[in-house]
Amino acid sequence: MAKPGIRLPGFLREFGIPRLLIAVFLVVLFAVAVATHMDLRGLISDSIVRVGRNGILVLALLPAIQGGIGLNFGLPLGIICGLVGAVISLNAGVHGIAGVGMAAGIGVALAIPVGAGYGWLLNRTRGQEMMVGTYLGFAIVSMMSVFWLLAPFKNPTLVWAIGGRGLRTTLSLGGIYDKVLDRWLTFTVSGVRIPGGTLFVFGALCFLVWLFFRTRMGITIAAARSSTRFARAAGISDERTRVQATVLSTVLAAIGIVVFSQSYGFVQLYTAPLLMAFPAIACILIGGASVTRATIGHVLVGTFLFQSILTVALPVTSQVIQGDISETARLIIQNGMILYALTRIGRT
Amino acid sequence: MTPSAASSAPPALELRSIVKEYEGNRVLKGVSLSVREGEIHALVGENGAGKSTLMNILFGMPVIWETGGYEGEILLGGAPARFHSPAEAMNAGIGMVHQEFMLLPGFRVAENIKLNREPTLPNPASRVLGPKLESLDVPRMRADARRALDQVGLGIDEWIAVAGLPVGHMQFIEIAREVDKANLKVLIFDEPTAVLTETDAEKLLAIMRGLAAKGHAILFITHRLDEVLAVADRITVLRDGEVVGTPDPKTTTVVRIAELMVGRPAGVTAPRRFFAPSTEPVLGVEHLSVDMPGERVEDVTLAVRRGEILGIGGLAGHGKLGIANGIMGLYPGSGRVIFDKAVFPLNEPRLALERGLAFVSEDRRGVGLLPEESIELNIALSALEAHGRFLHPFPIQPLRVVDHRAMRAHALEMIRALDIRTTGPSQQVRRLSGGNQQKVCVARAMTLEPRLLFVSEPTRGIDVGAKQRVLEILSALNRDHDVTLVVTSSELAELRAISDRVAIVYRGRIAAVLPPDAPDADFGLAMAGESAKAA
Amino acid sequence: MARGLLRHAVPILFAGLCLFGIIVAKITPPFLMSEMLVRMSRNSVLVLSLLIPILAGLGLNFGIVIGAMAGQIGAILIVHWGIPGIGGFALAWIIATPIAIVLGIATGSLFNRAKGREMVSGLIAGFFANGLYQLLFLFAVGSIIPFHSASMILPQGYGLRNTVDLNTIQYAIDGLIPLRFQMQGVEIRVPLVSYVIIVGFCLVTLWFFRTRLGQQFRAMGQDPHVAAIAGIAVERNRIVATVLSTVLAAWGQLLFLQNIGTLNTYSSHEQVGMFAIAALLVSGATVSRATVGQALLGTVLFHTLFVVSPLAGKALAGDAQIGEYFRVFVAYAVITVALVLHAWQSTRAAHEARKATR
Repeated sequence: MAKPGIRLPGFLREFGIPRLLIAVFLVVLFAVAVATHMDLRGLISDSIVRVGRNGILVLALLPAIQGGIGLNFGLPLGIICGLVGAVISLNAGVHGIAGVGMAAGIGVALAIPVGAGYGWLLNRTRGQEMMVGTYLGFAIVSMMSVFWLLAPFKNPTLVWAIGGRGLRTTLSLGGIYDKVLDRWLTFTVSGVRIPGGTLFVFGALCFLVWLFFRTRMGITIAAARSSTRFARAAGISDERTRVQATVLSTVLAAIGIVVFSQSYGFVQLYTAPLLMAFPAIACILIGGASVTRATIGHVLVGTFLFQSILTVALPVTSQVIQGDISETARLIIQNGMILYALTRIGRT
Repeated sequence: MTPSAASSAPPALELRSIVKEYEGNRVLKGVSLSVREGEIHALVGENGAGKSTLMNILFGMPVIWETGGYEGEILLGGAPARFHSPAEAMNAGIGMVHQEFMLLPGFRVAENIKLNREPTLPNPASRVLGPKLESLDVPRMRADARRALDQVGLGIDEWIAVAGLPVGHMQFIEIAREVDKANLKVLIFDEPTAVLTETDAEKLLAIMRGLAAKGHAILFITHRLDEVLAVADRITVLRDGEVVGTPDPKTTTVVRIAELMVGRPAGVTAPRRFFAPSTEPVLGVEHLSVDMPGERVEDVTLAVRRGEILGIGGLAGHGKLGIANGIMGLYPGSGRVIFDKAVFPLNEPRLALERGLAFVSEDRRGVGLLPEESIELNIALSALEAHGRFLHPFPIQPLRVVDHRAMRAHALEMIRALDIRTTGPSQQVRRLSGGNQQKVCVARAMTLEPRLLFVSEPTRGIDVGAKQRVLEILSALNRDHDVTLVVTSSELAELRAISDRVAIVYRGRIAAVLPPDAPDADFGLAMAGESAKAA
Repeated sequence: MARGLLRHAVPILFAGLCLFGIIVAKITPPFLMSEMLVRMSRNSVLVLSLLIPILAGLGLNFGIVIGAMAGQIGAILIVHWGIPGIGGFALAWIIATPIAIVLGIATGSLFNRAKGREMVSGLIAGFFANGLYQLLFLFAVGSIIPFHSASMILPQGYGLRNTVDLNTIQYAIDGLIPLRFQMQGVEIRVPLVSYVIIVGFCLVTLWFFRTRLGQQFRAMGQDPHVAAIAGIAVERNRIVATVLSTVLAAWGQLLFLQNIGTLNTYSSHEQVGMFAIAALLVSGATVSRATVGQALLGTVLFHTLFVVSPLAGKALAGDAQIGEYFRVFVAYAVITVALVLHAWQSTRAAHEARKATR
């Protein structure tokens, strides 16, 4: 029984209408930019910086999807671990790459037990992982807000000037390790500045994750995701693999926020991490991933597409419209994409 | 058991030449049967014979219409009918007592009995916004429910919650619900006694007789052949989508019915080996019981001889599939198993694989394959997990990277050896035909290089040509590689063709172990539980 | 006795927390009383709007923010047209209702396509709708859609201002029948008509579950498969349930706005879902079971904490901000716990059900 409507050729239909629309939208934006003689090099440079900045957070979603947890809305848990690491390293006054390393190191060390606990909880709440992750993330972020206010950190650059206690909302990294990775291996290609260091770290982690899923452990994790009975028949404990996948995801999120912060130049505390999972999820979905399958390619393509739109939309549209439509566009594209993916679970 | 006197009246329900195809596969090939008022008509057949499809058609289930509808006619009281939804079927007077209870545990008995047919009273809102907003007439609900419960002889309070009631009561509430329907013309019982105790089953049969005596037309689907003889006025035996016999319950026997259900073997083809009785067992099973829903194993004691092909057969639901599943640890089991002279722990799937056992499950899609992954990964997976094959060496075990070249080479070899029709080893398994998917499952098990291989339903859902091929592969495996095989199958003919011995399971126990060329009657007896021969 | 305590652990714990906060912050009874009366009157209907989807098996309707947006559209329009008082308010209701119905049908259809994932879909749908709402009011209004009230437009020439003054309809309902009484020398106002409306909705909800349709909803909520076999139009009913919830949320948001008197165009609706759901859950209601009484109890408890927390924070730690973060944390935590319990019990229940047929 044929359904009425426009029939697209097969590969386009698999690509999906939302992705098509998004890609077209990006092309249109760039076309307008070219037509209005905008600083293309600057736009491209900014896009690349944003990709490097956000990439690892998107990458963090891959192990969760491949491990059968679905979309990891609980990314803020890993992010918090990374933020704690960053705050500790700032409080200790460590500069440069060493500071980034310390922040990431502490973040990872925290992320392992946190991820394990989170994974254990997800095993008990099968079928509702997305909601549980979302609200657990929200709850922990708000709890940490109270913690930041009461924190025993004394470094005057971090705490409120009045009262001398409680961390500020945003901590500036200027002069400490602001853009340290970005600048580390920076180079220019025909006028476009490329933040080599950050991209190198992102690329390296992508490679490691790709390699991981070709190891015995990685294959086991991915194989167990289709069904508990299949896993059992193959001698795999899917409870264990799901926890392993969650730990990996949380660890990557911790690293991701440290890289993000150094690129952005600020460490954002309090309510900033609340909604950080959503753009990352939209990125990987736009890249072609589904709730049950994701590849490195999806991470790269999706991050590039979505972040480019966000980067380019404001300057391009501000020539025509006053006011920042990029935020509204982000809400629509990001949540529309996630909604689309949610309605397609279980369909091939 | 009184048949209707008015035989000139049209039957309450008649099915004429029902044909149903699922994607080119003919599941029903022209089934006809009729049920008269006041008659109990038993419908028997193996799983896969077409009973559930027939019921889905009768009950207007959406899955039928989503896959192209059906051919043939349904006549209700002589008038043609076609049901496009369960609601239509129910409104026309078809009642069904399902195998899984269709009760709402949080509702009271009366609420369940009157579900979606509650008597209501109009109120101001309903006069404006429609009859759906009429208020429930609780006193009438309770009165109707009381009457229905009395009809089935269940004395419980109609206003208590269903949750927590014993299983037998729940079944009777289901019946009460159907009986309460004023326009009930045909009542279908689908495996009603499957979960009941002996006493409750007796009560249910009594209720059935009572309802028939009152004039209801009853269609009774069951695997329990003794029940069939106890209550049926007429019997229809279904096999492979066709009616293969309508034995007269007054003169037929359980054995005869079993024979009809299972079919006559075409003849033994493979050369037989003969084992001297002193050949030591490679696998000894003592008092095995397995909790597999639908295929419960009660108490099985069996010895598998080294190098033989042992067939396990029996009617559906009697537990034959549970044996392999239990030993391989997929379902909880208890008992004593000895493999290769060492005690073998149950409920340890990983250990089973490591020790040299392998399993090709009857559940190809759910347990046997990763449909989204490549053929080569599917073939290599179990061996990779259990034996660490196809991995590059590396000091840290879990981080050993896959040796793709070795995996691919092996996959190509398997594709050639088993003649798997595919575009290449990296093709997704879900794109293969059923037969080729089965070959991938077998390849996966073979890659483990097991000493003993369990295969369940090796040729189910495969076209005829591929069936033969799979059986040949299994025989070759046993003959040339000295792998002991335990083949479980619903197709007795197939078992008798390749096995050295055939064990028949009845109600969770071994009824008999027979040589493949034993007389047909022996097999029929064993399947019907009438034999005393043991392993 | 012990069993009763355990079953009602959540509300008891909460009441304890509130009591602790009240004592620590030295809150006076008249203050508490007047705050409670006001907050209950303006939030109860929003919490009530959650009941029908829960009983119909849709779980917590995180999409009620969509209904709130419909209500706000009504409010904006009547302020734009300058229609004051009870007449304006009634008109806002009349405008908001069809919008809420259409949006409810869309949301309900979404739920039908995302079975088993209604809650997260509702959450994301709310965000998505918020994006569309912003597109409408921040960009389309005044530019593509002519809007003649210059005082409501941003200086750039298009886009609605961040706040819309609702003083023309403030207390339109609340003040209809003024009732005041004295407590410890402080005058306390009671928004009588609002309470009448709330009680009215409670009674309607209770009555609804004794109708044929309500019985169908209850059946669906327990087991949609069994309900479908019994001939109930499950998919269509789910949409009806969502529509009812969305419309009630629209009305609830209007009731809320007429009390508060100001509309924060882009943020008034944002936390509506979260707060209403947290309020309901605090009473001990769950993802699959909630009563009218629990809705009312939860509103009281939650909003008490809401008021008390910053004051307690200031008294305890010298910083009201701690109290504000704490109350948000509590809201999120309550929802998290309810979701975890629901999922935990569902997987266990499925396990038990299989065992029961042995």
